[in-house]
Amino acid sequence: MSPTLRLPGSVRELFSPPPKPGVLGVFGHLDTTIAAIKQLREAGHTDFTVYSPIPRHELEDALAQPVSPVRMFTLIGGIAGCAIGAWLSLWMSEDWPIQVGGKPIGSIPPYVVIMFEMTILFGALTTILGILLNAAFAARRAGKIMYDPRFTNDRFGIFVPAEAGKAPKVESILRSAGAEEVRRG
Amino acid sequence: MADTHPAPPSRVTYDYVTRTIARTLGTPSRGYFLLLAGAVTLLAIGIITLLFLLRYGLGLAGYSHPVYWAVFITCFVFWVGIAHSGTLISAILFLFRSGWRTAVYRTAEAMTVFAVMTAGLFPLIHIGRQWYFYWLIPYPNERGLWPNFKSPLIWDEFAIGTYFTVSTVFLIMGLIPDIAAVRDLATGWRKKLYAITSIGWTGSNEQWRHYSRGYLYLAALATPLVLSVHSVVSWDFAMALVPGWHATLFAPYFVAGAIYSGVAMVITLLVPIRYIFRLEELITIKHFENLGKLCLLTGLIVSYSYVTENFIAWFSGDEHERAAFWYRAFGPFWWASWTMNICNGLLPWLLWFKKVRTNITALFVISIFVNIGMWFERYVIIVVSLAGEPYTNWTNAVYNPTWADWGIMAGSFGWFFMWFLLFVKNFPAVSISEVKEVLPPPRRGRVAASR
Repeated sequence: MSPTLRLPGSVRELFSPPPKPGVLGVFGHLDTTIAAIKQLREAGHTDFTVYSPIPRHELEDALAQPVSPVRMFTLIGGIAGCAIGAWLSLWMSEDWPIQVGGKPIGSIPPYVVIMFEMTILFGALTTILGILLNAAFAARRAGKIMYDPRFTNDRFGIFVPAEAGKAPKVESILRSAGAEEVRRG
Repeated sequence: MADTHPAPPSRVTYDYVTRTIARTLGTPSRGYFLLLAGAVTLLAIGIITLLFLLRYGLGLAGYSHPVYWAVFITCFVFWVGIAHSGTLISAILFLFRSGWRTAVYRTAEAMTVFAVMTAGLFPLIHIGRQWYFYWLIPYPNERGLWPNFKSPLIWDEFAIGTYFTVSTVFLIMGLIPDIAAVRDLATGWRKKLYAITSIGWTGSNEQWRHYSRGYLYLAALATPLVLSVHSVVSWDFAMALVPGWHATLFAPYFVAGAIYSGVAMVITLLVPIRYIFRLEELITIKHFENLGKLCLLTGLIVSYSYVTENFIAWFSGDEHERAAFWYRAFGPFWWASWTMNICNGLLPWLLWFKKVRTNITALFVISIFVNIGMWFERYVIIVVSLAGEPYTNWTNAVYNPTWADWGIMAGSFGWFFMWFLLFVKNFPAVSISEVKEVLPPPRRGRVAASR
């Protein structure tokens, strides 16, 4: 990037934050990963990130995560979609009133179909929005942290943010729990 | 996870799954290119036919009064129907926690998206002046005109539009973790492509937390949607006062038929994919047997609907309704009705036998006959009901599809298979993360193994 295009410091940091110091443990087994999570939580760590190739309820339970707020997005999107469907069909019929089949201009039964489809459409789209936004906010909170390409294949991983002084303690927790590999970054 | 899924051989580990599926993205074989060339040729035939239709008008197709809904609308309903089983397998079986769906759902879901894309072309071709298609969309215009929301055709536009959007985002959502998995193995331009399309997926606990929840809600929204879409398609007919169309049975009848034809199409597509990409250990006989059972179930519902339809026509005492069904079975289009009855009503009875359900060749042949039968079902319902309309002075009108009808239909198959073949070569055609979900996770301790 040419120097004239350089973004101001705070904005540049937003898009490309400096790497966060910490320790990354690579695990080959689910149970050792869960043991490490439990020991880390007992040692008072809460801001670590767990990588896994698949979602597992055991991991969720060990992390004691609250239910994702995506459901609120779905609910609000669905209700909004239903309302938009009702508004669309009722208002547009009133704006250009034509009698069809001897039915009233604002005729609810046929409009239920439109309302239903719009409920699904908006519900689905806001669900996607909810996933993207929540995941992006979580990534923003976690910062730029270490990752290993094996985590999408067959390895589990835990990244614990830690300053240089605290890192050896974390490393020993990860090792004793059964990490195959522990790296500092 | 319940033990409904087939027990995988022990050498099927997480790593094996990732590598086997990532291998399908490698350099394609000659067979693949031959199939792709065939699809593109068919598409070219369709495009040339469409250019003729644009130049000389819809008169080139076989329309003749009173048959103004003909092969194009038949193909539209056929392709929308094909789409349905994809959502059934990916959403409804997901909610039912059916483990066996994981190996086949991606193919089924991709089929859904491309089948809806194909179906959507037909109303546009059928209207003749494609450049006015946007009149269907409610948008503010200088004449102050709005669409008629009491018309089933507008419901259909909303239903198909929603279905296309939702099934596409559902497919893309499912793909994200798998694209990340192949990103981490790929090199070169593919790595760049997958790095962009996996939008930063790492499999962190926060990502899975929101993703799993969101996926559940998408499945919950897609389930009523799939039932609604073909119901709305059926109302295109059932709302009209045409004998043979005007029946309350139509919505469930069409939904069952849609899933039936779709499952058959999934089998038709999976057999060659499994063979070309050597996926025998991931897509097992057990999966095919389950698809066969699904085919049998929906086939029986469809057969029951045929019986009910004919019974009600007789039982109603309505002479027009009776005449319409007599015309179907014994009129000039008797061959279409009997093709439909034999392919859809009789052939699936073979699936009662486990030997047939577990024989891939037999399943493949039956699935193709079911596809033919389901195409003829729509032909019988649409064309034959109109041709036999007793109210008109053109009773027993002569209707014959022309080369333009067949050219467009061939083009639709080319269009569908081209997209499908491009998809399976460039994106994981079997879900990597979900196949892993039904495998026992790697554990070191013996204590936790009981779960």
